[in-house]
Amino acid sequence: MNIMSNKMINILVPVISIILGLLVGAVVMLISDYNPVTGYIALWNGIFGDSYVIGETIRQISPYILAGLAVAFAFRTGLFNIGVEGQLIVGWFAAAYVGMAFELPKIIHLPLALLAAAVAGALWGLIPGILKATLKVHEVIVTIMMNYIALHVVNALIKTISGGGFKTDRIHETASLRSEFLSNLTDYSTLHYGIFVALAMVVVMWFILEKTKSGYELKSVGFNENASQYAGMNVNKNIILAMVISGAFAGLGGAMEALGTFGNMSSMGGFTGIGFDGIAVALLGANTPLGVIFGATLFGSLKYGANNMPNAAGIPVEIVSIIIALVIFFVACGYIIRVGLIRLRNKKEAK
Amino acid sequence: MLDVLYFIVPITIASAAPLIFTAIGGVFSERSGVINIGLEGLMVMGAFIGILFNLFFAESLGAWTPWIALLVAMLVSALFATLHAVASISFRADQVVSGVAINMLGLAIALFSVKMIFGKGQTDFIQEKIPRFNIPYLQDIPIIGPMFFKLVYGSSIIAIAVAFIAWFVIYKTPFGLRLRSVGEHPMAADTMGIKVTKIRYIAVIISGGLAGIGGAVYSQTITNDFGHATINGQGFMALAAMIFGKWHPLGAMGAALFFGFAQALAISSSSIKILADIPAVYFHIFPYVLTILALAGFLGKSSAPKSLGNPYIKGNR
Repeated sequence: MNIMSNKMINILVPVISIILGLLVGAVVMLISDYNPVTGYIALWNGIFGDSYVIGETIRQISPYILAGLAVAFAFRTGLFNIGVEGQLIVGWFAAAYVGMAFELPKIIHLPLALLAAAVAGALWGLIPGILKATLKVHEVIVTIMMNYIALHVVNALIKTISGGGFKTDRIHETASLRSEFLSNLTDYSTLHYGIFVALAMVVVMWFILEKTKSGYELKSVGFNENASQYAGMNVNKNIILAMVISGAFAGLGGAMEALGTFGNMSSMGGFTGIGFDGIAVALLGANTPLGVIFGATLFGSLKYGANNMPNAAGIPVEIVSIIIALVIFFVACGYIIRVGLIRLRNKKEAK
Repeated sequence: MLDVLYFIVPITIASAAPLIFTAIGGVFSERSGVINIGLEGLMVMGAFIGILFNLFFAESLGAWTPWIALLVAMLVSALFATLHAVASISFRADQVVSGVAINMLGLAIALFSVKMIFGKGQTDFIQEKIPRFNIPYLQDIPIIGPMFFKLVYGSSIIAIAVAFIAWFVIYKTPFGLRLRSVGEHPMAADTMGIKVTKIRYIAVIISGGLAGIGGAVYSQTITNDFGHATINGQGFMALAAMIFGKWHPLGAMGAALFFGFAQALAISSSSIKILADIPAVYFHIFPYVLTILALAGFLGKSSAPKSLGNPYIKGNR
């Protein structure tokens, strides 16, 4: 009898990584003279404590889903998009700008602002895509550099359009994703319609990958570039397409912040971190649309729930960043966990 | 014009020194075939440990404090880099992913500790900074003397020395030959009896140590305290310098000096007449744009070590 199928092992690796991450996190708290039990209880209450925090948690999950989709989509074509952070930043700015600069009826304005964010992100993904496809420049380094270019350029743009200030004006109500209904439902949290946009994009990613010809080609290029080329696929076109779609998802992630959570954009001293956490989300979700929802829910919840830890348990919020980084680390070391599991299985089978 | 140079050159050298250390760390790691995106996190760790040690031991160690702080930062970051080594060499993790984890972990641990120890988001300011020196004789040379050799940070002198030492080690010693061969063709190196795993471990640990010094130099010369934005992209800029310098220690040093120049311009452009009209953002994005252009081959061919990013699995062909 097969106790652990390979599929089972694929699911067990991320689960074990999460458990290890939480355990090491507990050890860190112990060494630092904090009580891990009160710490994790505070974290739990920060996520599920009452309807307000549940609303805020779901709000936090929406950009995480989109950032995760962006990383995962590029991964499926064999590309590592570390530039989600930069694509998200330009998307944030584009949405905030369209939201404040135009006055249009809601039915046009909101889709236009979302579209602007997606296009901005897509353009930011297009550059590394073209460089990869035409000149074989490695996308990892280019996307890292594009992150910093995005940060500085957007800061300069904010300064320009606000006349030397440090934040853009608020967007018009017609471009807002804010929802009175959702807000009232969750005790006046900032929960907005963005979560539906994010979930819709999960369906879009699934549809592209599983139901269209280009999705088939994209995955095929990810599996084996040479074989795809030989089969008559245009590998370069697919690489560019993958980066553009990935960038569009990331740009929409920025729109969540611009049109939902903040309603404007302030100039930034550093990165939002959402893009990098997107790598964690995608890894944990094994780069599948459903997996991304799972990963985003976990990391988004941890990230928001952590805000309760300083007050309720006196533990700095950074403990959660430590845990997230550890989970990525353990997932990356999946090989060794896999080897361990397979050995365990063989031993049991021998008995 | 000369006034401008008197003003800019010292800032250039001061901003370049941390980049030189870190970029050369990157050269060691990547020449052995291990991608090290984690330089940023290793620098953060070094910057934090440097400040922490400096604050706690300044009273007992006096003027020696910043130097010993550099050594301690080196050791801690080298230890931290071992995590990356274990993951990417022994556990065959994706090296980029492991590097991302190192970056997140470094910043998170540093900020967590700062909040725990100081109860606020940043540390106090240090009193014992890295001292500045006038270099005897050279400082008396007209024009370039005051520009390059007056009030130089001791750490900048070491940085330039380290670049030359690294060049010697990588190109003129048996260890350097092994290091390069392991990064180009690990299987051939293995057949010749070189221990691929061991060399790669050493290289990654050296890169951690140098990045740690780089971070500690940055925090003890430029910011003088540690907070969430102390190291804000310097590690990635060092990575850029390494690539722009074509994975060569002296090239990396040249690129780091050049990027230091760009940073100095960004800081001071508003006070220089001919540059005042150019928005500072162009100077800010300059190093990054330049790196993309360099990679795209517009600035001469730069090729990475052949086996960069591939774990070596004995017996695989």
